[in-house]
Amino acid sequence: MTISQISFGSHEPVLDVKDLTVKYIGDTRSTTAVDRVSFSIGTGEVFGLAGESGCGKSTIANSIMRLLKDPAKIAGGSISFGGKDVLAMNPEELRRFRWQDVAMVFQSAMNSLNPVLTIGEQIVDIFTTHAGYTRKESLRRAGELLELVRIDPARLKSYPHQLSGGMRQRAVIAMAVALKPSLLILDEPTTALDVVVQQEIMAQIRELQRELGFSVLFITHDMSLMVELSHRMAVMYGGRIVETAKAQDVYANPRHPYTQALMGAFPPLTGPRVPLTGLPDGVKFRNIADLTEAAPGHFVAPLGADASVINSADLAGAAR
Amino acid sequence: MSHSLTSPAAGSPAADSTTPTPALEIRGLGKSFPIGGLFSRGSVRALHGVDLTINRGEIVALVGESGSGKSTLARCVARLEKPSSGAILIDGVDILKRDRFQASRAFRSQLQMVFQDPFGSLNPAHRIEHFLRRSLAIHGKGGGSGEETRLRLEELMTTVGLQADMLDSYPHELSGGQRQRVAIARALAVEPQVILADEPTSMLDVSVRIGVLNLMRKLRDEQGISMLYITHDLASARYLADRTAVMFAGELVEEGESLDLLSNPAHPYTQLLVSAVPDPARAGSYDPVRRAELRQAVMASTSCAYDGDPDQRCSAEEPVRHQVGNPGNRHWVRCHLYRPWAGASGHALAGEPAQPNLPASNAQEKASA
Repeated sequence: MTISQISFGSHEPVLDVKDLTVKYIGDTRSTTAVDRVSFSIGTGEVFGLAGESGCGKSTIANSIMRLLKDPAKIAGGSISFGGKDVLAMNPEELRRFRWQDVAMVFQSAMNSLNPVLTIGEQIVDIFTTHAGYTRKESLRRAGELLELVRIDPARLKSYPHQLSGGMRQRAVIAMAVALKPSLLILDEPTTALDVVVQQEIMAQIRELQRELGFSVLFITHDMSLMVELSHRMAVMYGGRIVETAKAQDVYANPRHPYTQALMGAFPPLTGPRVPLTGLPDGVKFRNIADLTEAAPGHFVAPLGADASVINSADLAGAAR
Repeated sequence: MSHSLTSPAAGSPAADSTTPTPALEIRGLGKSFPIGGLFSRGSVRALHGVDLTINRGEIVALVGESGSGKSTLARCVARLEKPSSGAILIDGVDILKRDRFQASRAFRSQLQMVFQDPFGSLNPAHRIEHFLRRSLAIHGKGGGSGEETRLRLEELMTTVGLQADMLDSYPHELSGGQRQRVAIARALAVEPQVILADEPTSMLDVSVRIGVLNLMRKLRDEQGISMLYITHDLASARYLADRTAVMFAGELVEEGESLDLLSNPAHPYTQLLVSAVPDPARAGSYDPVRRAELRQAVMASTSCAYDGDPDQRCSAEEPVRHQVGNPGNRHWVRCHLYRPWAGASGHALAGEPAQPNLPASNAQEKASA
């Protein structure tokens, strides 16, 4: 257990997102991908963002990094990092902010490494561009970095296709922590990996986090993994946060029906075999209200009379 | 225990009195792929001596990491690959002998596959109706008149939990879960005895996965279809399957009733897999020391827990199966003294930090210089 797990609440937030709204603006219609989302991440805290594909969690990650491209537009709200307004940064500030302050590990390591450059060249590139080291110094540091994630430094000369998926993902994580950022964004870091490798990567991240003390924004749809790793978590649905609390509280006592459905979608490894339903096809939640505090530190979007639209035929079918 | 499990192919069908012939029986299946390198004349052994029996109305899960040979097994059984050795029996008939060169239509109507990617397995240019109608037409299951076919189509859609008016939709109008249901309906259209489902839920959103698993269970319960459920997700294998078989480096290392297997894993590889599954209910699940021990035990086996047991002979020469616990659980583990020759190179563990140096680095130095 890390120190932050006990006392994360008292720290100054590293990242503070307030009422963030992101719209995808089309010619004829626009979609609100992220709708008035607020959360903050304390120093050394692991904050989880759970939800299914299309719920807006990756859009949030990209907004924090200011990586959104047209037609996506940040339509409202604020993102502040260590007191600085991320949305007001000019290109030069942004260049320093990225990777040095906030680094990101993308979903698929296979796609985020350049296939025609060796691992070494790609790591050296980070040091020469962002830290201004010489090539020789950069190479030495790149070797250290690979050792940090337990890859043989001889692998600097390997091309991405010569590494296994787990090694590639570890290399990407090494690159992300190269400049000792204070926040690491992990966007589904282990989705494409086997369980054994996944567990090792997660253990590695936890170890690095303990060693280097960065905060983590951890994005995944795997609730079991999230509860294991995160201190605090939020569950997103349709661009809104429907529930946020300490991960253990969400696990032990999910309050929003969508959270309950997500939890019910993961069969347990122990105990008797009980029928699970998950979220029946056709069940939708609409007009999700703002969060209210249901218990100390446990915020849930209340379900009003018009809050959910449920396809009754499907629900009846699932209940049977 | 006097009951011996050393020759599973001969002994197992008799064990279950209600099912005289299993729906699908795989005996000693092997598959090697030639490697076409400049200097290597060898081949990589993807499967070796796989024995697996699926009784009627039984769901068997096959678990293992990527590269362990699960999908190769499915592809061999579905006759998409030609096995190098062994026999595949459906209803007691060796289909490799019956249809020597390629799968016959009769075989296809006995066994169907559901693939991993519902986005890739449905042609985007056709309406849903086309896929199902085509299956019915090819296998002559559509009935005589157009009206009968129409009824059958609607019945299929209802069976998999979709509305009949979706027959006119295109695949892109459907969600991933709905598409996978269509793929299952397409498999069902030919009324197969066995469905091979290769990671049918891994591409789906988490909240609809359970729905697809429940559908598979329902099909088993209502229509008695046997299934081979291939997955890397142990929790879902436990949820769905009656029995679970664990595959490592192209061989089965352990098999048993799902609940028993996952609560008492006997093989170090199974223990490694089970310990790796994230489970919030289990506190402090990661123990690096224990993991290193398990990994060592998997990669370089030295001792067998059954060594010295008078009833269960160990052997370093052949893959003997030891019975674990109560024989009612049909739980066995492969003798750990036995080490398959050099077959363990292609799997995920090989690239992990336990192995310090890999031979590839020399070649790269030359290439990059």
